[in-house]
Amino acid sequence: MIADGVEDEEKWLAAGIAGLQQNAFYMHRALDSNNLRDALKYSAQMLSELRTSRLSPHKYYELYMRAFDELRKLEMFFKEETRRGCSIVDLYELVQHAGNILPRLYLLCTVGSVYIKSKEAPAKDVLKDLVEMCRGIQHPVRGLFLRSYLAQVSRDKLPDIGSEYEGDADTVVDAVEFVLQNFTEMNKLWVRMQHQGPTREKEKREKERSELRDLVGKNLHVLSQIEGIDLDMYKETVLPRVLEQVVNCKDEIAQYYLMDCIIQVFPDEYHLQTLDVLLGAFPQLQPTVDIKTVLSRLMERLSNYAASSADVLPEFLQVEAFSKLNNAIGKVIEVQPDMPILGVITLYSSLLTFTLHVHPDRLDYADQVLGACVKKLSGKEKLEDKKATKQIVALLSAPLDKYNDIVTALKLSNYPRVMEYLDSETNKVMATVIIQSIMKNKTRISTADRVEALFELIKGLIKDLDDAFHDEVDEDDFKEEQNSVARLIQLLHSDDPEEMFKIICTVRKHILGGGPKRLPFTVPPLVFSSLKLVRQLQGQEENPFGEEESTTPKKIFQVLNQTVETLSNIPAPELALQLFLQCAEAANDCDLEPVAYEFFTQAYILYEEEISDSRAQVTAIHLIIGTLQRMHVFGVENRDTLTHKATGYSAKLLKKPDQCRAVYACSHLFWVDDQDNVKDGERVLLCLKRALRIANAAQQMSNAARGSAGSVTLFVEILNKYLYFFEKGNPQITVAAIQSLIELITTEMHSDSSTLDPAADAFFASTLRYMEFQKQKGGAIGEKYEPIKV
Amino acid sequence: MNYLVGAFKLPCNIFISFADGRIRKQVPLKKENGKTVMVALFQSQESIVGEVVIEPVHRKKVEHNGVKIVLLGQIELYFDRGNFYDFTSLVRELDIPGELYERKTYPFEFSTVEMLYESYNGVNVRLRYILKVTISRDYVSNIVEYQEFVVHNYTPPPSINNSIKMEVGIEDCLHIEFEYSKSKYHLKDVIIGKIYFLLVRIKLKNMELEIRRRESTGSGPNTHVETETFAKFELMDGASVRGESIPIRLFLSPYELTPTYQNINNKFSVKYYLNLVLVDEEDRRYFKQQEITMYRLLETS
Repeated sequence: MIADGVEDEEKWLAAGIAGLQQNAFYMHRALDSNNLRDALKYSAQMLSELRTSRLSPHKYYELYMRAFDELRKLEMFFKEETRRGCSIVDLYELVQHAGNILPRLYLLCTVGSVYIKSKEAPAKDVLKDLVEMCRGIQHPVRGLFLRSYLAQVSRDKLPDIGSEYEGDADTVVDAVEFVLQNFTEMNKLWVRMQHQGPTREKEKREKERSELRDLVGKNLHVLSQIEGIDLDMYKETVLPRVLEQVVNCKDEIAQYYLMDCIIQVFPDEYHLQTLDVLLGAFPQLQPTVDIKTVLSRLMERLSNYAASSADVLPEFLQVEAFSKLNNAIGKVIEVQPDMPILGVITLYSSLLTFTLHVHPDRLDYADQVLGACVKKLSGKEKLEDKKATKQIVALLSAPLDKYNDIVTALKLSNYPRVMEYLDSETNKVMATVIIQSIMKNKTRISTADRVEALFELIKGLIKDLDDAFHDEVDEDDFKEEQNSVARLIQLLHSDDPEEMFKIICTVRKHILGGGPKRLPFTVPPLVFSSLKLVRQLQGQEENPFGEEESTTPKKIFQVLNQTVETLSNIPAPELALQLFLQCAEAANDCDLEPVAYEFFTQAYILYEEEISDSRAQVTAIHLIIGTLQRMHVFGVENRDTLTHKATGYSAKLLKKPDQCRAVYACSHLFWVDDQDNVKDGERVLLCLKRALRIANAAQQMSNAARGSAGSVTLFVEILNKYLYFFEKGNPQITVAAIQSLIELITTEMHSDSSTLDPAADAFFASTLRYMEFQKQKGGAIGEKYEPIKV
Repeated sequence: MNYLVGAFKLPCNIFISFADGRIRKQVPLKKENGKTVMVALFQSQESIVGEVVIEPVHRKKVEHNGVKIVLLGQIELYFDRGNFYDFTSLVRELDIPGELYERKTYPFEFSTVEMLYESYNGVNVRLRYILKVTISRDYVSNIVEYQEFVVHNYTPPPSINNSIKMEVGIEDCLHIEFEYSKSKYHLKDVIIGKIYFLLVRIKLKNMELEIRRRESTGSGPNTHVETETFAKFELMDGASVRGESIPIRLFLSPYELTPTYQNINNKFSVKYYLNLVLVDEEDRRYFKQQEITMYRLLETS
């Protein structure tokens, strides 16, 4: 059916072209023989082909172009005819004798063009007559083409300023009047197309209309090229008239296209000076018109204009471009209650971009925009529309991109309020964008207020915003997000300890609500950041002003204590334990014994109550031992308690090898190299002996259980400890003890039941080699080693 | 044969000519045989002056009972063929009975002749003016020669010439208002006007303006009315909508129109109408006819 239609159309077009060419042929003959009568007759017949209603605009255009070429020849002929003495006035009448209106008017326009050139009558009169007579064609397509022909032939003959057709006075007015009228009529015809024909062909019609739109728009282009239109005239006549037509035609396609056309063809400077008028038209457009795109383009143009030169910026201020645009957008939204939220956001987004470009210094403007956006969004549920959310992200990203500095964006009080309307997914995306921006620009956020604001912004990452769907989150993504939050926390820094403390408190406040999944990611950076502050303070010594509320390490530690405690509740006991130990170490450095002790207590409690996995226990105990070893604040009593506990824990580990290793590690608790008061050789030996016993027991158990002795590795390790303390000068470690241990190991290795363990062998061998080496080194060490026989 | 030819051949030639024949305006006149000849143009109250030349053939003597010239104004109704109504008949005796031997010239003059009616050549009726020269003879038929001429009467521009303005329509379908700038037009006039659409609910295809001539002949029950359409002038292409106004500019000069003749000697009348026709997509025609008065304005050229 449709294919047939196309085929038929081809046929009709071919027939039309054939008819046209045939008559053109006779017309040429008449032209060659200077036969005016025949020329008119055949040209009219030729033009009659344009009377067809069967062709789509596209095909009709093809036919029109051919006729157009022929008419150029005819115009030449008319010109010659007048030179031969034929009165142009007579000619002008003569062509009007044609009975059919369409050929008549084409001929009239053609002669009219010659008439104007002859200057026998003022251009304005001829033009006025032509544009008036063309009303006879009310068929949309034919009318549009006829009038576009008129526009085409008159283009270079407008009585513009500086044109040779310029009349006496106010001549530009006539030129403008002519173009405006032609434009108005064309638009009316164009709009009318929409309402003719059956409804089911609406789509086809709209397609056809869009093919024709440039014919209408061309008039605006012509207008824009009239030299004589200065700003005043544009303001007083041209724009109001054009807008009147646009508004009154009440047609969606036309309004959209023409508004865009206006924006594109006229200079930016004019737009700026007529913003009132131009913007005033927008709320009057049909509700279905895609205003957002048009307005966005306007703002884009103005932004570019502003960017083009600094000289134009005062103009923007002078005309209060921002507030006008803002008002206009507000009004448009008001009168179009059905406008999808996407449209609203797009509008605000463009406005924001505009203000960022034009008034980068006016943050309040940007904030106003966001505020308006919030107002519009309020009362609505979270956004479902994917595109709208995307647009919000764009809206929110704009200030970040522009200022490259979150600090500025943080000053926008409405910023977080806009974010609230994003679904949690997008909210996260946005938060990530913000964090990335900070990281990329290495923005320093150094006041608590800003931190507060910032965390308000990224709370999508900090806590679960809605309970509904957090199970769908991809594990890797989640980690990625939380890692970025962690990085962000690390970036927060103020040189002023007071402020820094405030920042920490703020961050803490926010992250504590993060739930069990987030805390393990967020607490550690906070803790370390706090510890960094502690160390900074420690460097400065007690605050020189003696102010009461000043930040002291003590205070920080209190906070830290509570913070880390939350981790133990989630539960993430291992992590909490590690952090407690870190804190303890920091407290140690600050010489705060009670604090350090408290941290240790916490760690121990955790160890006892929460850490049940044996592997975790092993790790934990080693950490405890390691940390404790470095502690120097503790008094003898506290230290004893702690070391005693630690040793106790070590002995209670499940696996013998673990026990053994923990116990020999404990030996270090009693012998700290740089602490003279901790050099208890006896207890070191005790530990080591105990370790040996355990190793023995392990060996036996192994024998009993598997029928073969375990590896000698443990013994070798203990031997190494012996050597260490021996070298350090522990008097309890004797050559004899070492000697016997070596023998023990050797025996074990050669016993039948021992399993082959190349690693252990190698370890032992290298230990022996070390001793040999020490011996040969001579000096004090060498002497010490001398008695040991390997 | 020669004898026979000679027997029927007129014994003399008659030429009728006007005194100002060389300078007098000539207009085309369509003869019955379809040919167009150029004839002299007169108007009422003009004197018709000229001369008749009679030239005997072969210098033969022509006896006659007198020579006269008659100016005839006659109306010929075609359905009543053969019946001529002479509304004017003026006679001038040119010669007393006698004999003609050689070429003789007779001047004649009809001074300030009243010729109220214009020459007209219509569908059913013809009005013409003839100069008829008769050489009366005994026993044999008279020798007659005709010379037609045309009378045009000029009217000054009317002092009152109102525009024609009217609102017409079909209820809830189509309402238009049209305006013709004048009700009286001279033959080379231009009809200027506009049509204003008040309501359009039908799918119009185009609109045209027709000039129609209504020739009515006879009287009473024998009245014959013949209507001819002279011009079909397309005014609008496509369908207009409410609020549009379409201009009219129709040059009358290309059409061969005559003035309006109200009542010519109770024999016929010729009236002109402007017929505005709107055609819809189903080729239905909606029209409104308005009478206009045509008059002949003296051309000043």
